Amino acid sequence: MTALTLHAPVLLIALPLLGAFATPLIGKLGKGARNTFVGLIVLAVAGLASLLAVSVFGAGGVPTVYELGGGTFTFPLSGGQVPIRILFEVDGMSAFMGLITALIALTSAFFSFSYWRERSGGDLYFSLFLLLTAGIFGMVMTGDMFNFFVFLEITSIAAASLVGFRVWRKQSQEAGFKVMAMYTLSGLFVLLAIGLLYGQYGHLNIAALANSLQGSLTDMIALGLLLTGLAMKAGAVPMHMWAPDAYGEAPAPMSAILVANSQASLYGLFRILFTLYGVTVSTGTMGWILIVLALLTIFVGVTMALIQSDLKRLVAFGAVSQIGYMLLGVGVGLAVMATKPEYGLVAMQGGIFHMLNDAACVGLLFFASGAVIRAAGTRDLNQMGGLGHQMKWTSIFFAIGAVALAGVPPFNGFASKFLIYEASFKLSPFLAVIAVLSSIMLLAVFVKAFQAAFLGPRSNASAHVSDPSPGMMVPMAALVLVIIVFGLFPGFFVDHIVTPAAKALWLGRDAYINAVLGG
Amino acid sequence: MNIGNLPFVVAALLVLFGLYTFLFKRNLIKLVIGITLIETGVNLFLVTLGYRTDGISPIYTFAPEAQKMVLPTPQALTLTSIVIGLATTALLLSFAVFIHRHYGTLDVRKVKELKG
Amino acid sequence: MSGLSSGFGVWNPIAWALLFVGILVVSFIVRSFGNKGYKRGTGQTKVFLSGNDEPEASGGLHVRGDHLYWGMVDGLSAYYRRVKAWHTGILSDYAAWFIGVLGLVFVILVLAR
Repeated sequence: MTALTLHAPVLLIALPLLGAFATPLIGKLGKGARNTFVGLIVLAVAGLASLLAVSVFGAGGVPTVYELGGGTFTFPLSGGQVPIRILFEVDGMSAFMGLITALIALTSAFFSFSYWRERSGGDLYFSLFLLLTAGIFGMVMTGDMFNFFVFLEITSIAAASLVGFRVWRKQSQEAGFKVMAMYTLSGLFVLLAIGLLYGQYGHLNIAALANSLQGSLTDMIALGLLLTGLAMKAGAVPMHMWAPDAYGEAPAPMSAILVANSQASLYGLFRILFTLYGVTVSTGTMGWILIVLALLTIFVGVTMALIQSDLKRLVAFGAVSQIGYMLLGVGVGLAVMATKPEYGLVAMQGGIFHMLNDAACVGLLFFASGAVIRAAGTRDLNQMGGLGHQMKWTSIFFAIGAVALAGVPPFNGFASKFLIYEASFKLSPFLAVIAVLSSIMLLAVFVKAFQAAFLGPRSNASAHVSDPSPGMMVPMAALVLVIIVFGLFPGFFVDHIVTPAAKALWLGRDAYINAVLGG
Repeated sequence: MNIGNLPFVVAALLVLFGLYTFLFKRNLIKLVIGITLIETGVNLFLVTLGYRTDGISPIYTFAPEAQKMVLPTPQALTLTSIVIGLATTALLLSFAVFIHRHYGTLDVRKVKELKG
Repeated sequence: MSGLSSGFGVWNPIAWALLFVGILVVSFIVRSFGNKGYKRGTGQTKVFLSGNDEPEASGGLHVRGDHLYWGMVDGLSAYYRRVKAWHTGILSDYAAWFIGVLGLVFVILVLAR
């Protein structure tokens, strides 16, 4: 058991990666064998992520270092030694992101088994899905800048292929090209920044780089490249335009994991701002950049969602706006990091807790909208109606996901937004006003979607629809359970997993460096 | 021969040309070429970072002392980056093929069904 | 355990849920004071349209997606016109915004340094 926990960071990447390349082979044995194989892989990954989370949070979120290829060195190193090998460094925040990724990977894999049953190309579909999962785990576990770039590109390629997976759909090809081009652009700028940092300090390890960072002009240029590149890959307005295309055109379960992918980029952004740069830059300026991006994202995302008539695209714009709440919470935390007032940590908790809540709610909404689109045979909200008579459970699940995402008590979205509202109010009431107003508008967005799709009289078009098969209902029900449990017992989760994650970013820079280099 | 900072200038120029192509050209294939140019620029930048004038290649089990060697790490990075670049270029071009099949055009200004 | 405190505000979903149930119970009690003479399916429950019969609802009588919040969207039309024109769907514009933000961030970072 301890050996398993010890090797969990690398197994979390190796298992899906191996699975990704084995899936087409296993697929030759038939769909059942393939689904069993993929199911076992995601179950094992979820188990490992939970094991890692238990061990990391059990130890209070202290960073642990894993060295790829055996332990000739013991970490932390003693004075003067430099880490040159491939390192994974897991602290509270990494373990937290691992949990989110595992939750979404698990539910979307099992949803896909039914969703993709009648379609061809399932082998490649699951292969790409596992590749994307491996890449996301790599991004959140790695302790090395260049490996971060490699995993970033793995997620880019897998994600864009999934967006354009349905080659028979005109728009999905367009979305695939756009997404791949934008992802590549951001990836290349991130690589350029890594090169700038390497050229100055000769390190690629995050901890070693953070230790030697001076804050020179070149460092600032590298920071600008990293910040913009990763913010774009997370979908922050005004660089968000690829996001609704991607979420809207990907197959429904894959839209959910694309959101997890965006959150992994957000994680990279936070890791770079808090751990890599930290106090070497003016955190107030950085925080306000994040806050401005956050306000734009929240407001533009939600107002654009209101005028969409394509169900998937409507949910996609809703998902874009939620990225803004995470940026807002963490941005407020970063803006006040120098003085460390109490509400800074509250803001961080809110922003980070919202990542988990958003993953569950948006995942549920994408699943439900996929089921609705499959049943209604159209994505256009103006042609739907009356589906709720036959699809009772789907409509209930959609409603729960919608109100939870819009921050209606007592669901989980309110718990995290409550922390964000209160903390951002302390910094500036204007921020809280925008955040609350946009939440209300988000509720309006989902009222529109719900009314248009599920309510209304029975019609000929909606007479023969039905709830999807149990294979799709169970993953949705699991996410509903997560939403309700997190909504009813937010205190427990905030104390045990969110606070260590928030502290790992907000206070844990020295601990992160010392775990590799020694005190 | 000492060429000084010339490779850095070339790398910067390549990135800028690539950006120009990506922003102002209309043909999707040319956009892909722009991305490839940026990528080449970044790769050249990485290799140049590791170059030491009169350095030898660092292939030794027991490296001799007092021997100037180029840095191996940036070369490993560049190699990885080239492989990744191959995959992205191939994917982008295959999307371009499908776009041409569906839209009948490669003009980036006409491939805009997803808007608003 | 279940509560959440931000240092200046408190959120306790269990207490909130209990209160919600309490309000439901009270409203049911109030409801039980109502008129017992109410009967479904009689003239009591018919829609009153100046004494005319209610026209048959056809299958098409459904408030569809874009009909909702029409007024709000119309009221914000100045904003929506601009923001829709902004989402052109052209890849070059996506990249241009990215480069623009990159330049802005550079300027801010260099000034703040």
